[in-house]
Amino acid sequence: MSILVYTESDNGQFKKTALEVVSYGKAIADKIGTTVTAIAINVNDTSELGNYGASKVLNVSNESLNTFNAKAYAGIIQQAAEKEGSDVVVLSSSADSKYLAPLLAVGLDAGYASNVVEAPSNITPFTVKRTAFTNKAFTNTEITTATKIVGLSNNSFGLVEASGSATTEDFSPSLPESGVVVESVDKATDKVTIADAEVVVSGGRGLKGPENWGLVEDLADVLGAATACSKPVSDLGWRPHSEHVGQTGKPVASNLYIAIGISGAIQHLAGINSSKVKVVINTDPEAPFFKAADYGIVGDAFEVIPQLTEKLKAFKAQNA
Amino acid sequence: MKFLLYLLCAHSKYFDFYNYLCFLLKLYSKKQENMKILVCISHVPDTTSKINFTEGNTKFDTNGVQFVINPNDEFGLTRAMWFKEKQGASVDVINVGGTETEPTLRKALAIGADAAIRVNTEAKDGFAVAKELAKVVTDGNYDLVIAGRESIDYNGGMVPGMLASMIDANFVTNCIHLEVEGNNAKAVREIDGGKESVSTTLPLVIGGQKGLVEESDLRIPNMRGIMMARKKPLTVLEPTTSTTETNSVSFEKPVPKGAVTLVDADNIDQLINLLHNEAKVI
Ligand SMILES: Cc1cc2nc3c(=O)[nH]c(=O)nc-3n(C[C@H](O)[C@H](O)[C@H](O)COP(=O)(O)OP(=O)(O)OC[C@H]3O[C@@H](n4cnc5c(N)ncnc54)[C@H](O)[C@@H]3O)c2cc1C
Repeated sequence: MSILVYTESDNGQFKKTALEVVSYGKAIADKIGTTVTAIAINVNDTSELGNYGASKVLNVSNESLNTFNAKAYAGIIQQAAEKEGSDVVVLSSSADSKYLAPLLAVGLDAGYASNVVEAPSNITPFTVKRTAFTNKAFTNTEITTATKIVGLSNNSFGLVEASGSATTEDFSPSLPESGVVVESVDKATDKVTIADAEVVVSGGRGLKGPENWGLVEDLADVLGAATACSKPVSDLGWRPHSEHVGQTGKPVASNLYIAIGISGAIQHLAGINSSKVKVVINTDPEAPFFKAADYGIVGDAFEVIPQLTEKLKAFKAQNA
Repeated sequence: MKFLLYLLCAHSKYFDFYNYLCFLLKLYSKKQENMKILVCISHVPDTTSKINFTEGNTKFDTNGVQFVINPNDEFGLTRAMWFKEKQGASVDVINVGGTETEPTLRKALAIGADAAIRVNTEAKDGFAVAKELAKVVTDGNYDLVIAGRESIDYNGGMVPGMLASMIDANFVTNCIHLEVEGNNAKAVREIDGGKESVSTTLPLVIGGQKGLVEESDLRIPNMRGIMMARKKPLTVLEPTTSTTETNSVSFEKPVPKGAVTLVDADNIDQLINLLHNEAKVI
């Protein structure tokens, strides 16, 4: 009966989204009068989940699972859901969770709604609000199957602390054969990812060339931010494709999004609209981004950004 | 392999048998070369479309909306054309949808696909679409299915994974590079903060995106392609299921945003102050 949440981790530590899916699961559990069970894979210390409303943690320890594998992970979550008799399974919107979700849906005969932004508005029929048309609209979607899978949009529900503690149980599910073998992973470990970042600093064609990206990086460093870019910037090879955000790139749902020299084309805005606060710096007061932003400076990035970086450095030093 | 066969057969009265086996071997490897690819084509509003709803916010308003091949699928289609040109693959395209999607399928034919299939039913949810695709992929013995990582209308991101699971094929999504040699595939998947190289085997389902080919590699149909597309087969199949698992009951538009607060370029302290005290994000 309990709500099952899959709590993602990185190198044995929970990601922030793990705490968010627990908070979300707790909101549903309270509505229908049940508890939250979390499934964790290779996490050192799972006690933190109790602070967000989990009563039980199923912890899987297995070295072969150190590298993500969609089929294996889906198989584990499926067995946990079956063991717990869970009617609702909550996942995040990370690349990995989105990879495994449809496999899990088929395994559990469960309906799956991705990009969900709020707690269910109704339990019977189970109705969730999700984004559609790449953030240009929302749809209220009913999941009509007995078991339901909710993919929660990152940073949409937030963390909600709860008083309580979670018991931890070792869980040893059987691992399905996987036909996809990971040969190598190429990932900057010292940099926060666009998906997990609280702040994203993004540069557009207005920055003129790759040699000027120090401006973006210095500002990002001060803010502990991830760096991103508009599509033409990645198409021109100024920045790697993995930084391309927007409708055809990565979605951004950070607390703060700073756009430097980006015009604010509809396809760009669609992808970053879920960010809570948007700041734009652009020489052109007519740039469409000013209609989408919360704060803006009409000015030359080459003058404004170095100043902003210096002043933020001082601000951070004072408020540290 | 041939050499072994030769040893087996050469010095015996089975010399004809050796030739016969060689012939079979050839047939077998030829079959290997001719990979059968199915590219899933979602028919979606152009990225610049204004999104509106009708009938009490229960239906997407298609009035004045231009439909295109889903951008993620377009990258997959071009990658498939390379498999056709360089490795002799055959490329079919498929859409699950009503008659209104046929111009989009014809466009895919004009770009170079060999044949098109339309499953004649409204694409009600990801599960129903995956079910229809599973039937076509199984009946048609496709080796490789290239879909998009998500379509830009409902952004479900579930069709390729569900399809792979239903037909027990291997699955790689967010795919930014793909090579197939015989039965073996090498792919690169974009992950949060980087990328991952994987190896796998056919049958395989791909959730593709930009990177599979570059923007500059995308093809625009030319006159000859358009003429030829008219003569290529477009088969209409009737659906086999009407079951859905999710149901989109109503739509909402985002609440309009308040006006931007402009800060003078000489007054950056004010911006920091606003971000700290008003927006509370730093
Ligand atoms: C199918 C499709 C999908 C697309 N998907 C995406 C997507 O996912 N993401 C995306 O980003 N785009 C996407 N686009 C492209 C989009 O339409 C725009 O072309 C793109 O976002 C523009 O990028 P930009 O703002 O960096 O460049 P530009 O539009 O060239 O804007 C540069 C801006 O910089 C400003 N500027 C110039 N000099 C300075 C200076 N010194 N200081 C400050 N500002 C300065 C200019 O005033 C201008 O506003 C897509 C397009 C299509 C057709």
